[in-house]
Parts: sequence; structure tokens; C-alpha cells
Amino acid sequence: MSGHTDMVLVDDEGMRIDGRTAEEHRPIKIEAGVLNNADGSAYVEIGKNKVLAAVYGPRECHPRHLQNPTKAIIQCKYNMQAFSVSDRKRPGPDRRSIEISKIISEALEKVVLTELYPRASIDVYIEILQANAGTRCAGLTAASVALADAGIPMRDIVPAIAAGKADGHVLLDLNKEEDNYGQADVPIAIVPSTDEIVLLQMDGNMTREEFDHAIELAVGACHKVYDIQKDALKRRYSRNTQEGSDE
Amino acid sequence: MSNEIMSEIKRDHIVNLLRNGSRTDGRGPTDMRKIQIETNCIESADGSARVKLGRTEVIAGVKIIPGTPFGDTPNLGVLTTGAELIPMAHNTFESGPPGEDAIELARVVDRGIRESGMVDVEQLCIVPGEEVWMCFVDIYALDYDGNLFDAANLAAVCALRTATIPGEQYGKGENRPMPITCTPISVTEVKIGNELIVDPNYDEEQISSARLTVTTDDNGNFRAMQKGGCGSITLDELSTCLDRAVEKGAEIRKLIG
Repeated sequence: MSGHTDMVLVDDEGMRIDGRTAEEHRPIKIEAGVLNNADGSAYVEIGKNKVLAAVYGPRECHPRHLQNPTKAIIQCKYNMQAFSVSDRKRPGPDRRSIEISKIISEALEKVVLTELYPRASIDVYIEILQANAGTRCAGLTAASVALADAGIPMRDIVPAIAAGKADGHVLLDLNKEEDNYGQADVPIAIVPSTDEIVLLQMDGNMTREEFDHAIELAVGACHKVYDIQKDALKRRYSRNTQEGSDE
Repeated sequence: MSNEIMSEIKRDHIVNLLRNGSRTDGRGPTDMRKIQIETNCIESADGSARVKLGRTEVIAGVKIIPGTPFGDTPNLGVLTTGAELIPMAHNTFESGPPGEDAIELARVVDRGIRESGMVDVEQLCIVPGEEVWMCFVDIYALDYDGNLFDAANLAAVCALRTATIPGEQYGKGENRPMPITCTPISVTEVKIGNELIVDPNYDEEQISSARLTVTTDDNGNFRAMQKGGCGSITLDELSTCLDRAVEKGAEIRKLIG
């Protein structure tokens, strides 16, 4: 948000540097069940972001003092791989990744039926292979699909996407340049069946009108992401039945 | 912030009161607790503030030292915010490196200060590309009775507003006041059942399902937000929170002058 550039991010015709309009998201590709060992997994590409999510559990909760006698806890670990950004990222958790892990865990807790598994832990690992703005949303989108792929009972799947502002325009799904040189970023995740918000952050500078418009764009796009998530799970299931009939 | 067991009686009492629009400490749903601020209370710091928000108390200190700028911002000063939830403040806080609650707290406060451009970091440059002022804001919770977010934000903002750049101490010119452009104020609300309340105390925080912190600038524009907690908020509730953040933010800004 703090950078400055002479680059024109949105031209006179409202076109963005990657050829999108203000209300368009980047191409999204989701695949469920991409890893063997994990109980559930998903791979997500949103533009140039490449994200893997894996779910283990419900399983015994470690460390034990975190156990909750009434429900399972969700322990998400968001990690950026060292080569995922232009400068090498120092491996290991930093303050940013700890915060993101926390808010993603909380967002997922709303939809997972944690009360079915007292004392257990559902561990969600999100690895950012390649980052290009919007990794927390891509990570949460992938984590929801991985949880469903693991067969964990859920009320709904959580889609996430960001809206923001660059060159004074409210834009959907900021890319790296728009994120770096833009004026605001609003990542948001919802429960699609009710439109309730389970993740919301904002930084930058926005008026009430701009913010309302950003929320409208993001909520609308979340429903599109949701369709792609469901489609990925359906493909995963049909693959299983086909494999089953071959045997 | 912590996970203590609360009795059903207490929980029901809070919920029942809220249904009638009142709270255990006599406040209405949108009332803040009493704010007391003492600035420049630490002589060894370059700026400091001790803030009481009802029975929550927080201290923030600013240390400013010369250092090397980041490679991608060679002409900009450096601003860093940290927070610690020390065992003194509550029986559920533990010593050791900052946990996720402390990190989230620090980052939300940091975001409000940074994104509002409160400190003009261009004016913190000493020699372009070589030396800049590095400004460290450290926040410690002293007494915890809910809503550390707003108390910490207020303490950090007040400490920065009163800070002096110690030029003479380091032979870098005269002492001068911190270059301040605006006053970012955060307002935090939590959701209990379907009720939204401003400035939750400890008990209210414990039984709440979701939290939303909204930081506004002097123009009432939004500069930072953070939703927390395992619950959700509806779009209508979000709208209510935004209105209240602007209104309460203006009141607090007036209070600190």
C-alpha cells in the first residue's frame, strides 16, 4: 500500500495492466485430492498464486493443553515457501504468517462441525508455492476444499477473495502491482449460504462508498469462487467412481 | 484473548441484560468506558503514554534510534510496533515470546498507524539511502479487562504524538517533534448472540462470538480493519459497526485533542 509508481494501473478505458476490468477476478483453477498422505488436500491457482492445502485429522491434539473437552480445535499453519516471493523469504513463521494462520483458523471454525470431535485437532497446512497478492484468500479457499476432501463434516464451504483500490478505482482481486502501489486492500471470506462474513481485514484508505462497493464486489465474486470449489469437489468424486468401476 | 471457564449464571446474566439494552457495568451497548491518558510518563522513552480504558490499562513507549533503511525504501524512516501480553496483566497471560494474540494485537495497531500515514516517514530520513530514524513502538498490557485493541491503539497513537526525535543524543541535529499528520482511532465491537457492543470488557469478550476492529482517520475514512473470533458477522452488522466506528472515533479524537 505504501509504494509509489508512475505505472498506470487502470487506464482511461478502465482496463487493468493484466487486461481485466475492475469487476473481473483472475483466472481460478482448483483441484481437490492432489496429495496421497494427507486426509484431504487441494491445489489452488488464482492468477499467478499457486497454493497447496492439506488436512490431517481429526486426530489427537498436540500440544495437549490446547485440547478442548467440548469440541475439536482447528490449527492452521500458513507458510510461505522460501522461493515463493521475489526476494528469498526467510523460512519459518513470522508475525505475518502467525496472524494469517490465526484468522484462517477462526474463519474455518465457523463452518466445521467441531463439536463432533471433542479433544481432537484438525490440522490444516497451507503452503504458498508462488505468491502474487491474495495468498491468504487463495489459502483459505484451498483449505476449505481440502477439509471437504478430507470428509470432515461442514455446514458450508468458505470461499475468499479480496477487493481493493488502485488509481482511485475500486477493483476486484488485486494483483501484485495493484497491491503494492494501490490505496487499499480488503480480503474477505463468507459463508455462501448466508452471506455471513467469517474473515475480514482492511488496510489502506477508503471512504464509506468505496468500502461498500468493495464488499459488494467481493461478496459477489465469493459466490463465483464457491461454484469453482464445488465443481472441483464434484470432479474429485466422479474421478473416484470412475476409478472404482475400472477395478 | 484467554480461555477461562465462565459460569452459566454469569453468562446468562450478561446475555439477559443485553437483551434489554444494558450491560453489567451499567453502560449502554454503544458506550465506551472512561478513558484516562497520561502522556510522557516515561523519561527514558522518546515518547510514551499510559492509557486506562475502564479497568484495562496499557502502556506504550517509543524509542527512536538511527539505523539503516530498508533496501526498497531508502529514503523512508522505519516504524515498528510490538505488543506483549505480560503475566502481570492477567492470570491467563504467560511469559515468553509473543503468542498469536499478542502478534495480532501488535499488527492491527501497526496497520492503523501505518496505513493512515500518521507518521510522515519521509521526514525521518537522515542521509538518503544510508541512515534513517527507526521508530520502535512497544506496547505492554498492564491490566487486562477486555478490549486491548482500542487501549493499545490509543496508547501507541498518544505516545507517537508526544514523541521527540532525539537528534542531539546521537549528534544528528536538533531535537524535533515527531512528524505527525493525523490521528488514527480504532473502535472495537464484539458480537454476543445477535447484539453488537462497543468496547467489550473481559467477561463480554469471553462470551462473544466475533470481534471487529475498525480504524478511521480524521476524515472518517477507513484505514484498517480486522475481524476476529470464530463467529461471523452479517453485512448489516458490518454496516452498523462502520457507522459506530466513525461516530465513536470522532468522539475519542475530540477527547485527546
